[in-house]
Amino acid sequence: MNLFTIALKSIRQRLLASSLTALSVALGVALMIAVLIANTVVSKTFDLQQIGYDLIVGPKGSELDLVLNTVYRIAPPIENLPYRYYEELKENKHIGVAVPIALGDSTEHGNFPILGTTVEYFAVDYAEGKKFRTSAEWPNGKWESVIGSSVARENNWTVGDEFQMVHAGQDDHVHDEKFKIVGILEATGTPNDRTVFVNLNGFYAIAGHEKPIQEAIDREAEFFGETEAEVRAYHAADLKEMEAHAGHDHSGHDHAHHDHATPDLQKEVTAILVRMKEDPRNPTLAQSRAIEFSADLREGFKAQAVNPIRPMQRLMTNLVGNIRLILINLTAFIILVSGVSIFVSIYNSMSERKREIAIMRALGADRMAVFSIILTESIILCLAGGILGILLGHGLIMFASPILEARTGLVIDPYVFDPMELTIIPVMIGLAALVGFIPGLTAYRTDVAENLSS
Amino acid sequence: MSLELKNVRKNYREPNGHDLPVLDIPHFKLEKGEQAALVGSSGGGKTTLLNVISGITKPDSGEVLIDDIEITRLPEAARDRFRAERIGFVFQTFNLLPAFTAFENVLLGMSFARGKADRAHAKQLLESVGLGHRLTHKPAQLSVGEQQRVAIARSLANRPSLLLADEPTASVDPANQETILKLIREICKEHNVSLLLVTHSPEIAAQFDRTIPLQEFNKVLQNV
Ligand SMILES: Nc1ncnc2c1ncn2[C@@H]1O[C@H](COP(=O)(O)OP(=O)(O)OP(=O)(O)O)[C@@H](O)[C@H]1O
Ligand SMILES: [Mg+2]
Repeated sequence: MNLFTIALKSIRQRLLASSLTALSVALGVALMIAVLIANTVVSKTFDLQQIGYDLIVGPKGSELDLVLNTVYRIAPPIENLPYRYYEELKENKHIGVAVPIALGDSTEHGNFPILGTTVEYFAVDYAEGKKFRTSAEWPNGKWESVIGSSVARENNWTVGDEFQMVHAGQDDHVHDEKFKIVGILEATGTPNDRTVFVNLNGFYAIAGHEKPIQEAIDREAEFFGETEAEVRAYHAADLKEMEAHAGHDHSGHDHAHHDHATPDLQKEVTAILVRMKEDPRNPTLAQSRAIEFSADLREGFKAQAVNPIRPMQRLMTNLVGNIRLILINLTAFIILVSGVSIFVSIYNSMSERKREIAIMRALGADRMAVFSIILTESIILCLAGGILGILLGHGLIMFASPILEARTGLVIDPYVFDPMELTIIPVMIGLAALVGFIPGLTAYRTDVAENLSS
Repeated sequence: MSLELKNVRKNYREPNGHDLPVLDIPHFKLEKGEQAALVGSSGGGKTTLLNVISGITKPDSGEVLIDDIEITRLPEAARDRFRAERIGFVFQTFNLLPAFTAFENVLLGMSFARGKADRAHAKQLLESVGLGHRLTHKPAQLSVGEQQRVAIARSLANRPSLLLADEPTASVDPANQETILKLIREICKEHNVSLLLVTHSPEIAAQFDRTIPLQEFNKVLQNV
């Protein structure tokens, strides 16, 4: 019978007290794990190093809002940009890809954000080397849509289903127009999983999405610093056609406006995702062009170009980082407290165990042996608590991740493993050594003759 | 195996700071395989003597030799190891560990000696004390007589050459006393183990070839 078995026996002898102390350690560790994993997930979610775009172009305002809205779809859009501006960007000789994005509506069922865009959106990797994949088709047609994997799962939607969208405006009314799902995206672990993508042309064609003409003219005039006449001249062809249509009686054919394209003047985008042109001979050129471009914008128009990585990094270091620090310290403190409870439990048992220790000494155990037995006990309790805590922590994450995803739209992989977790085992052994030392010393010092006779 | 004490003195310190002499033994010897009953008045120092012999209590001066090894000069850990391997102990109150089964209590007796626990031997010992059918019983599930028999089996776990028994039958009912005593003596004879048995009972002492009254060789008791 080795010291480990002996230690295990005495733990089993005081099973209730032992398991309660181990449980208190487990709870502390579980909280720590939850914090660590939540932190890993949040860092991973907010780390845009791998995003396929160099810049997000949007209306002037908070950089963070622009990123949260465009990438995470959790903040309302700041404002919109004229579609004409998107067309200009497309022609910019330094810009490789420009993808328009229109946000603001959500699905009637499940309240998932609806994003109007072109199929170019899906051609850019959503993370380093990771391409979007659809189960069937891309939304090439005006009334076609692809949906994220979480949307499909939660709404129980499949290819061929149709849905309506709710306008985010004051009236909250449900649009009559229906989109047809032509594909379900493979899970990406990004906010795309919770997004419904619709063809941008269909998005504009929905009643109420086209901006009233005079308002659009005023907005463009202000945006580009032009006079109303200049704007009208730019859109002359479109305006002429619209006037021709105005005489029409729409009552006979309700959805006549579905059939013809919305004029550019009345279109707006929430943001434009930009990828600079790459130069294979000079890999840093795209980066510096991006910086140049966003510096230019800062002076001119009412638009801004944001490198999405930076505001998120600021958010992480300034806010999330500090919260994490507080939480980790808090859980460390909880673990320490549970360590103290193990100490109290073992220490209290020492007085009634002096006789057992004396018996073992009489049977020939030396002082180190009885010291080791007590220390082993403490290590078993701490380790059992630690391992139980790790399991419990992951269980907690597994339980909470769908809830969190539904509430915040942040996608959490419940199987994530933080390398920091590995340090928990040695830390628990260290704690056990600390906690078991004084009771071990009591055992070490136990007077054999005195305690044998009692 | 022989046991020899030379000029062994042991004083306890009284709470008021005075020295309390308990043992002053110029010479004592127990031959190999010999069985002796140690008798003496209560408080005379019998238990203290056994503790000194087993190395649990270090005498203030003098030598304790077991098999010509002077255990009083060994470092404490070596003395503990020596005790584990050479000396068996049977107590008045059995001193079994309540969390361990009969079998495990015997194995525990093997845990602190060199070498692997000999499970077959442990089982055999319990069979020889008539407890082959009680291996997995915990002490609380055993009768008083059975508990002492487990303790006897445990004391012999490492094939000791000396068995120290401190009033082993005092907690056992009269009917069992005889059985226990016979068991101890027979096993010791069988394995050629020297036996030093403390008793208050003249009947028990009378059964031994050699009865040693403590006051005969403990000078502390002679001065009073
Ligand atoms: N740790 C101690 N500190 C002080 N005095 C002690 C200590 N242990 C024993 N004594 C004293 O030493 C004397 C001898 O004690 P011991 O237990 O050896 O006697 P004993 O012969 O075994 O008695 P009994 O037959 O009643 O068991 C007693 O007077 C006791 O009070
Ligand atoms: Mg005594």
